[in-house]
Amino acid sequence: MALTLYEKIFNRHVVREENGTYLVYIDRHLIHEVTSPQAFEGLRIANRKIWRSSSILAVPDHNVPTTDREKGILDPVSKIQVDTLDENCKKNKLMQFQMNDKRQGIVHVIGPEQGSTLPGMTIVCGDSHTSTHGAFGALAIGIGTSEVEHVLATQCLILKKFKTMLVNVDGILGDYVSAKDIALHIIGQIGTAGGTGYAIEFAGAAIKNLSMEGRMTLCNMAIEAGSRAGLVSVDDKTIDYLKGRPFSPFGKNWEKAVEDWRGLVSDQGAKFDKVINIEASTIEPQVTWGTSPEMVCGINDKIPNPLDEENLSNQKGYQRALDYMGLKKGTRIKDIELDKIFIGSCTNSRIEDLRKAADIVKSKRVAMNIKQALVVPGSGLVKRQAEDEGLDKIFINAGFEWREPGCSMCLAMNADRLEPHERCASTSNRNFEGRQGQGGRTHLVSPEMAAAAAIYGKFVDLRGDRDVTNK
Amino acid sequence: MLPINNHHGIVIPLDRANVDTDAIIPKQFLKSIKKSGFGPNLFDEWRYLDHGEPDTNPKKRDLNPEFILNKDNYREGTILLARENFGCGSSREHAPWALLDFGIRVILAPSFADIFYGNCFKNGILPIQINEQMTDLFFKKALSESGLKLTIDLENQLIIDDNEKYNFKVDVFKKYCLIQGLDDIGLTLENKEDIKGFEIKYYNQYPWLK
Repeated sequence: MALTLYEKIFNRHVVREENGTYLVYIDRHLIHEVTSPQAFEGLRIANRKIWRSSSILAVPDHNVPTTDREKGILDPVSKIQVDTLDENCKKNKLMQFQMNDKRQGIVHVIGPEQGSTLPGMTIVCGDSHTSTHGAFGALAIGIGTSEVEHVLATQCLILKKFKTMLVNVDGILGDYVSAKDIALHIIGQIGTAGGTGYAIEFAGAAIKNLSMEGRMTLCNMAIEAGSRAGLVSVDDKTIDYLKGRPFSPFGKNWEKAVEDWRGLVSDQGAKFDKVINIEASTIEPQVTWGTSPEMVCGINDKIPNPLDEENLSNQKGYQRALDYMGLKKGTRIKDIELDKIFIGSCTNSRIEDLRKAADIVKSKRVAMNIKQALVVPGSGLVKRQAEDEGLDKIFINAGFEWREPGCSMCLAMNADRLEPHERCASTSNRNFEGRQGQGGRTHLVSPEMAAAAAIYGKFVDLRGDRDVTNK
Repeated sequence: MLPINNHHGIVIPLDRANVDTDAIIPKQFLKSIKKSGFGPNLFDEWRYLDHGEPDTNPKKRDLNPEFILNKDNYREGTILLARENFGCGSSREHAPWALLDFGIRVILAPSFADIFYGNCFKNGILPIQINEQMTDLFFKKALSESGLKLTIDLENQLIIDDNEKYNFKVDVFKKYCLIQGLDDIGLTLENKEDIKGFEIKYYNQYPWLK
């Protein structure tokens, strides 16, 4: 029978099944400081042991400061959480990259970077953006703290099968249109609940053409479409990316693994519960204008009129979003002026993202109205590579701040945040009310769009404003 | 886990769609390493007019009189009614912990985000998916002067509104755990030998994962 990639991975991990409820074996468990302390505490209280310590890789990322690391963590509450992770890892002899380790970074950046994320794996983490790792042909899902405890104690999760959705993106992306724009465009089409209950496989020529970084960005945002898992089939790019990484298999095991991984593609004729086709050339650079990622439009569009929505609940929701965002219907996206720029997060903080942004800001200056422009690399290794390539100088010379790796202003659990009513062009993943700081106003965009917004002080269409680029 | 079977309570109509986990419990309160004490900060940015931090005394803060939880009729509510895609966003279990700590035991909505939905069951909260029509009806009643009280009968999967009874769906295993207040780790560990047997076969077949 022809199987989808999702079914292939799911099937090889089934320990047992009863009435459609499956006990599913987990290969990799990624852990960070926010969603794990109560799970370790639960184990202790029940006097349970960790089933397979070698499956775990831990790193602090949500709370860590992005400046003056040598001073430690100044916020005492954040410090307790990071210290608790240190203690739990030490006590249980778990592999952890501590805050000052050069390999430290955002959990969804370091997993693939270390070769800790491999095709065919089941991967979990107490973080919804775990979907990121699906870019490698893995089944990667975000879980809650109770499930973190369950995986620690049993190496398994109790799951139902997801339905399957194929999002086929054919054709060629336009200039300055990236994986982030594909993701936002899809969410704009199907809505933030459109993928609920589904595992989404992204396929088609435009996906094949994406780099591994681009595929990670896309799968990362699957959760913003409501889907716990995004997937991309394995190809040469997947295998080339993983070769020689610290945790990747080597020698004979590498050969065996590659042979197996080549089969991690959806079979010809495999049936999906839902199929969506998108032509890549129709995707415009995207900008969100509201407080949900589905409130999104193209750079050349105007803010919609809530009254154009058919359903009353949507009308109210749109109006509430516009009030919160301080925007009016009919305003051109290009006329929105910004206060801050954030380039970072598990969505867009990898080397390719930084290269693309640097290419746009090179020899330019951040606009006068921009109070702060941050670049927060996804990991210590991304940071170092960027510095080796001279990207840090480009950003600093343009007026950006070059920070230490972490989640930073994506969710503002550390000191990096928006003040009330500040408006930010952000490469992160959520534009919820208060997400980047109470009263803060977030516009989600690609790294290219954020970089250009920093230079112009407002959103611009790079395809029309060639003078801001180096082309 | 606090079991739940028959529940009777006041319905709190939170007339919003896409209520996300950042709204349910803002990030500054996620720094706790405990599971309790989140209740006073449930919906913090909507519920209070001032900005709250973990060390702010909730009793000294300015309540937003417009917010539904602050209205007299609903303060004692234990059943939350909301619009579609409730609980979207992060996987943080702090969201159900905050709801439970406030006293919410049942959530009614036309749809839920997957991770949040699962997290509720692990914490003694019953999320029930209801259709749009029923949602509109319950909102109308809950917002009326007399308000709405419902009885939830989990065993028989019924929502009871005076003389009206409505069926709802729930997964058999999740229902069983919720009624018994069971910790599913214990149940999984009853299959310990199956897991060990699986591992032997699995690592034989995929030796590079060992």
